Amino acid sequence: MAAVAFEDVSKVYADGTTAVSGLDLEIRDSEFMVLVGPSGCGKTTALRMAAGLEEISSGAVRIGERVVNHVPSRDRDIAMVFQSYALYPHLSVYENIAFGLRVKKVKKDELDRRILEAARILDLEPFLKRKPRALSGGQRQRVAMGRAIVRQPQAFLMDEPLSNLDAKLRVQMRGEISRIQRNLRVTTLYVTHDQVEAMTMGDRVAVMRKGELQQVASPQELYDRPVNLFVAGFIGSPAMNLLEATVARTNGGLSAQAGSQSIVLDEGVLSARPGLAAYEGRPVILGIRPEDLEDTALAGDTPSDRRLRGTVELREALGSELIVHLAVDARPAVTEDVRELAEDTDAVVVQELEEGPARATVVGRFGARSKVQEGETVEVSVDTRALHFFDPDSGAGIYESDTTKGVTR
Amino acid sequence: MASVAARAPVVPRPAEPLSGRILRVLGKAPVHLFLAVIGLLWLIPTLGLLFTSLLSASDLGGGGWWQILSKPSAATWQNYDALLSNEQITDSLLTTLQVAIGSTVLPIFIAALAAYAFAWLEFPGRDWLFIVVIALLVVPLQMALIPIFSLYNTLGIFDTVLSLILFHTAFGLPFAIFLLRNFFIGIPKDILESARIDGASEFRIFFRLILPLGLPAIASLAIFQFLWTWNDLLVALTFGRDTKPITVAIFNQLTEFGSNIEIIAPASFISLALPIVVFFAFQRYFVQGLLAGSVK
Repeated sequence: MAAVAFEDVSKVYADGTTAVSGLDLEIRDSEFMVLVGPSGCGKTTALRMAAGLEEISSGAVRIGERVVNHVPSRDRDIAMVFQSYALYPHLSVYENIAFGLRVKKVKKDELDRRILEAARILDLEPFLKRKPRALSGGQRQRVAMGRAIVRQPQAFLMDEPLSNLDAKLRVQMRGEISRIQRNLRVTTLYVTHDQVEAMTMGDRVAVMRKGELQQVASPQELYDRPVNLFVAGFIGSPAMNLLEATVARTNGGLSAQAGSQSIVLDEGVLSARPGLAAYEGRPVILGIRPEDLEDTALAGDTPSDRRLRGTVELREALGSELIVHLAVDARPAVTEDVRELAEDTDAVVVQELEEGPARATVVGRFGARSKVQEGETVEVSVDTRALHFFDPDSGAGIYESDTTKGVTR
Repeated sequence: MASVAARAPVVPRPAEPLSGRILRVLGKAPVHLFLAVIGLLWLIPTLGLLFTSLLSASDLGGGGWWQILSKPSAATWQNYDALLSNEQITDSLLTTLQVAIGSTVLPIFIAALAAYAFAWLEFPGRDWLFIVVIALLVVPLQMALIPIFSLYNTLGIFDTVLSLILFHTAFGLPFAIFLLRNFFIGIPKDILESARIDGASEFRIFFRLILPLGLPAIASLAIFQFLWTWNDLLVALTFGRDTKPITVAIFNQLTEFGSNIEIIAPASFISLALPIVVFFAFQRYFVQGLLAGSVK
C-alpha cells in the first residue's frame, strides 16, 4: 500500500485543450478517495495519468515515494477497474483473474490459493470456469474487481466501475466495493460522476470542474461547508435552492431579504459565518437545501421570520417523503453554470435569466404526512442554522471574515 | 448470490405448436429449393471431375463422366493407386504442401506483428508507413519477376521451396497487414490497457490477447493465402525447375503426353479437395461474436 499524490499536474492535449490544470491532490495510504464531477471535468484524465495510460504534460504523479511520470503502466504496481470491465473474452473467469499473476510468474499453488480467495470474497466460486460472455453484468463487474484485488497492488484505480449496472445492482455493488476496500485497506482512487456514489463510498471526496479541483473534504464537510456555488449545487439531491438575496438590518438583527421573503439571521448563523456581517446592505446568494425546508404544519411553532411563503406547483410523493416544488416570490440566483447551460441551448433563455423572473422555484423535502396540495399557498419553515451564503461575484462560500472578498475591501 | 446467478442468460424457447412449425418451414421452402438447385448446379463440374477420376481410361473411352451413372460398377480406385505410386506426382503434392503452408504461416505471422504495431503502438511516422503499405497493395507481382529472378540467382536459392515461400510472403504481406490491422484496431482499447496495467509486456499482449482475439481475421486470411499459393502457377513456373508444385506437374502432364486424363483427373481432384479441407478446418473461427462479454 502507498499514498498516491498529484503534484501540480496538468494535462494539455496536442490540440491545445486543457483537460486537467494544476491538480494538487494527495490520496493517503489506505484511503478511499472519490474524484467526482460532471462529464468532461478531467477526472478520468487524472485517473489515467495515475495509471500511466495518459502522458503527464506537467507536474508529477507520485506512488509511494516514487515519481512515476515516466514509469510505464506495467511497472507502477497498480490495478485498475475499467468502466467497460475490459475482461479478456477468450479466457475463463479463472484465467482472467490469473492473468496479472501469471505475468509475475507466481507459483502454481500460490496462484491457485489467491484466486480462490478472491473468488470467495466476490462470490465468484461457481463461475470460475465460465467465459465472460456467459456472465451477467454484475458478475462481470465482480470479475473485474477480482482481477484487481488478486494482484495485491499499491493502489486501486477505478473508472466509473458501476455505471453499466442497473440501479439496484449498483447500490449492492457500491456497498461491496466499500466493504472490500475497507478490509484490504488498499489506497483507492475512484472516479464517478454520481454524487451519491461519491458521498456514500469516499473517505474523502475531491470535486472537479473543468479540469480544476474545487474542494477536497469528507462527504459531510462537502455537504455542510461547500467552498463555492458549484460544489454546493453539485452535492446533494435534489440540488440546493439558490436565491438572490440581500443582507439587511431589521429590528436590530440581520436578515436575508429575498424578494418579499425575509429570513432572520440569528446568532448561530453569524457565529458560524463571521464573514457574513461584512455583507450588510449588499447582495449575496442564499442557499437552502431542500431537506432544510419543512411544511410549517409539521414543523410546529416556527416564528414567522423563519418562513418562506410559496405556491405549490408540483408535489412528488415518494412514500417516505414528499418533494414539493414551490413558486416563491424571489429571484433565482443565476450562477455561471446555469448561464452556461442556457447559452448552450438558447440566447433568449439567457436574456430571461438576466432580467430574471420575479418567481423562483424552490424545492422542498417535506415529511410524508404533509397535506399540501398543488395550487395551494403554503408556509414553509426554514432551518436557519443550515443556511448557506455565497458571494454573488466570485461564487465563493461566505465563512470566515478574512477569507471573503468583501471584507478585504 | 442466488439472485445474481438467476440473471444468467438462459432463454427458454417458447414451445411452438406443430402447425406453426410446418407453416414456417413451408414459408421458407421456395428459397431453400432455389438455393439447393444453385448449389447442385455449381457442384456438377466438381462431381464430373470426381467421376472422371474414378473411371479407367478404357471405360471412359471417348465418352464423358456421366457414363458412371449408367454403369456404377465401373468405378475404380486404380487411377488413384497409380497416382500415389507416381513419384513425380507425390513429390509435387509434397512440394505444394510445403510451399502453401510456408507461404501462409510466414506472411501471416509477420503481418500480425506489423498489424499490431500499426494498430496499437505509437511510433513516429506510423500512419505514413501504413499508407505506404496500402500503396504496395496495387503493385503487380509480374513487375518483380525478373528482378527477383536475378536476385535469387545471386543468392543461390533459385529453384527451392524457400524461394517460392519468400516470393509469396513478400506479395502476401501488404494485404495481410492491411486486413489484420483493420481487425486489430477494432479490439477494445480497454482490454489492451488493462493488460498493460496487469503488467503484461507487448509480446505477452500480442501472443496471449491479440492472436487469440484476432483468430477470425487470421483464419479468413489463412484461407485466402492458402488457396492463392496452392493454385499458383505463374510464380511456380518462374522460380521452379525441379521444384514443381502440383499445378506445374499437372500442366506438364498436359503438354508432354497430350491428354493424359487418367493422371490429370485424379491429380486435379486432389489438388482441389485439399483447399476444401482447409476451408472447413478454419470455418468455425468465422463465427462472429468472439469478443462478446469482454466489455459491457
